[in-house]
Amino acid sequence: MDFSFPKEYQLFRRMVHEFAESEARPLTKEIDEQDRVPFETLEKAAKLGLMGVPFPQKYGGCGAGEMGYCILMEELNKVCPSTAVVVGAHTGIGAMAIYMDGTEEQKEKYLKPLAKGEKIGAYVLTEADAGSDAAAIKTRAVRDGNYYILNGTKTFNTNGGHADILSVMAVTDPSLGARGGITAFIVEKEFPGFRIGREENKMGIRGSQTAEVILEDCRVPKENVLGQFGAGFITFMKTLDIGRLSLGAGCLGGADACLEASIQWAKTRQQFGVPIAHKQSIQWMIADMATEIEALRSLVYRTAWLVDTGQPFTKEAAMCKVYGSEVLHRCIDKALQIHGGTGYSRDFWIERGFRDQRITEIFEGTSEIQRIVIASNLFRPEGVRISA
Amino acid sequence: MDFALNEEQRMFQKMFRDFVTNEIAPLAEEIDQEEKLPRELLPKAAMQGFLGALLPEEFEGVALDAISYCLLLEELARACASTAMTISVHNGLVSKTILDNGTDEQKSKYLEPMAFGEKIGSFALTEPAAGSDVTALETRASQDGGEDYVLNGCKTWASNGQIADIFLVFAVTDPEAGAKGISAFIVEKDTPGFKVGYREPTLGLRGLTCNTLYLDDCRVPVENLLGQEGEGLKIALKALDFSRLSLSAICLGGAQAALEAGVQFAVEREQFGGPIALKQAIQNFIADTAAEIEALRYLVYHTAWLSDTGEPYTRDASIAKLIGSEVAMRAANKMLQVHGGFGYMKEYAIERMYRDFRALRIVEGTSEIQRFVIARDILKEKGLAIKP
Repeated sequence: MDFSFPKEYQLFRRMVHEFAESEARPLTKEIDEQDRVPFETLEKAAKLGLMGVPFPQKYGGCGAGEMGYCILMEELNKVCPSTAVVVGAHTGIGAMAIYMDGTEEQKEKYLKPLAKGEKIGAYVLTEADAGSDAAAIKTRAVRDGNYYILNGTKTFNTNGGHADILSVMAVTDPSLGARGGITAFIVEKEFPGFRIGREENKMGIRGSQTAEVILEDCRVPKENVLGQFGAGFITFMKTLDIGRLSLGAGCLGGADACLEASIQWAKTRQQFGVPIAHKQSIQWMIADMATEIEALRSLVYRTAWLVDTGQPFTKEAAMCKVYGSEVLHRCIDKALQIHGGTGYSRDFWIERGFRDQRITEIFEGTSEIQRIVIASNLFRPEGVRISA
Repeated sequence: MDFALNEEQRMFQKMFRDFVTNEIAPLAEEIDQEEKLPRELLPKAAMQGFLGALLPEEFEGVALDAISYCLLLEELARACASTAMTISVHNGLVSKTILDNGTDEQKSKYLEPMAFGEKIGSFALTEPAAGSDVTALETRASQDGGEDYVLNGCKTWASNGQIADIFLVFAVTDPEAGAKGISAFIVEKDTPGFKVGYREPTLGLRGLTCNTLYLDDCRVPVENLLGQEGEGLKIALKALDFSRLSLSAICLGGAQAALEAGVQFAVEREQFGGPIALKQAIQNFIADTAAEIEALRYLVYHTAWLSDTGEPYTRDASIAKLIGSEVAMRAANKMLQVHGGFGYMKEYAIERMYRDFRALRIVEGTSEIQRFVIARDILKEKGLAIKP
């Protein structure tokens, strides 16, 4: 066994860290307050190859695999979860779906510009009545000659309002449901019948945009079917599996930032005549944070190793997501508590971090869904199939 | 034993609920967005007697017992925690403190306009370097020629700062005497040398204003000394005892509102072919929250009853505040989770509750300080004195 990071990944981490500090950090407050996607940061990220980190170089990516992508998400989330969410939705699920199941032609046409950051990607699944129950989607795709005609409304789409290339799931045979009745499509925003609906007003990650995507007789060429016809549900679930790992990595970065800020504050804040770091209540909170963070770090990078070495990782990725998001919840909460009233003020980043954190327990599969994934993977070898 | 509310208390409860449902609940979203209470809200509350809730009839108050007062705050908090906090500070921290400690002249001058809502009260204890450690106050008050005290210093996070006319300001009159060198002053808004400064932007409770106050050679007449010189800390701590009880009632109402919102959503939201209320994961959230709320409810009423019967209740108030704020936060967190993505959107009240309730674990003594108060009181019985 060897728990050390290879040299090239250490150098990669340093590069990403410097990028996050110099380019993302100065905008964090502004993009939160103005509900603004930091396009200028995305352009700079593209120049460094950070918009396609996990993909092979032949598709325009960095070739850094899941380990590299986890490092990216960890470092970005230390500084700006909004920026990380925009990059993550683009890379980790939007482009990832095409990387996982696209044809060579599709990868050439769509993955390459996405990986280079010339185009922005999105992953379009959720509908008003299909949240955790993703198979309940109603958006229909009906064949018409060389096209499929898509009709339906998709909600809560990260990057939905500004993405160029969207991976969209629609029902092709209602009688078959999730097993054979759902197909994935690659949709360009210029396709006729594609429209952006309302934008959500969110508690946090306000520097990322969450928009409705409306498909009204949207014409999609038949060669834009992504993966096997009727196997779209599998494509999307596989994509979410791998996405969960990087969300866990993001939580790890966020939690680390909480710990670092708490230590600095506890060292300098004086109450009762001494720095509050001398108080047991504060020491215990910091000790608990650090302990959980170390456990999470091991879980995340072990799972990245499973992915990069081609081993099964579904259960472990779900654990990264549920444990990571809940560790981050506890860490930002403790950090806010250690900062007292200052932590509650919008003049300091902890307040934003508290709002930003809460979505990590919901998006890309709620904690409840993660637990179902974990439990079903534990029960399946025992011959017991559990469903949601 | 008798756990039932008496007839008068039940009547009050119904009256409070009707008023809050009709007059305050419809405004809660606007209060959060606009970050202030609508102009007409406090006058309306005053007409109901809410702004003289704890004052006797001779000062135009309605002289509620502590249990009825808790019922009032509970109902207010069910609709809008900002409004509940504003009214609680005005009554419990300011007018009641003047009633308990004031001279006849002070009472006749200040209490009637406070009961009518013509004058709003603010409590100014905290300073930049004196949060949990209230004895670290740096604001100085020195006597000048026997007619005035001259106050110099800076107060932070004075609740109701923006809207108040009467400020209870705590300042050091004898630096040699430590905790016994602090005195309380009634400071009117238009006193020369007094200035209401920076309004703190906050995560939640955005309708409650918290301001920095500047005292720059502020001349306060000697007749505005509240209690005796050196009694300031005693006065503040007694006020905080009652205020912690009040806050626990706000926590109770808030937690109840979160539960009701979660139950409503779970019944209406369909996933996997039926309402999510039929799912065990959701039922567990609801059951756990309901159980904690019931435990909290009788803890709050018991503490109020102790106050009504003249028993000491310092430890009980700290316990109620500690558990209350933690229960309210867990309730908002779990019920947000029940709402899934919708809970993260500003259209749903649970989004606001999650931000609002986070303050409850900090204001008027953090959870850590409550734990200290509880531990100190328990250990004192064993003959052991502990310090923070």
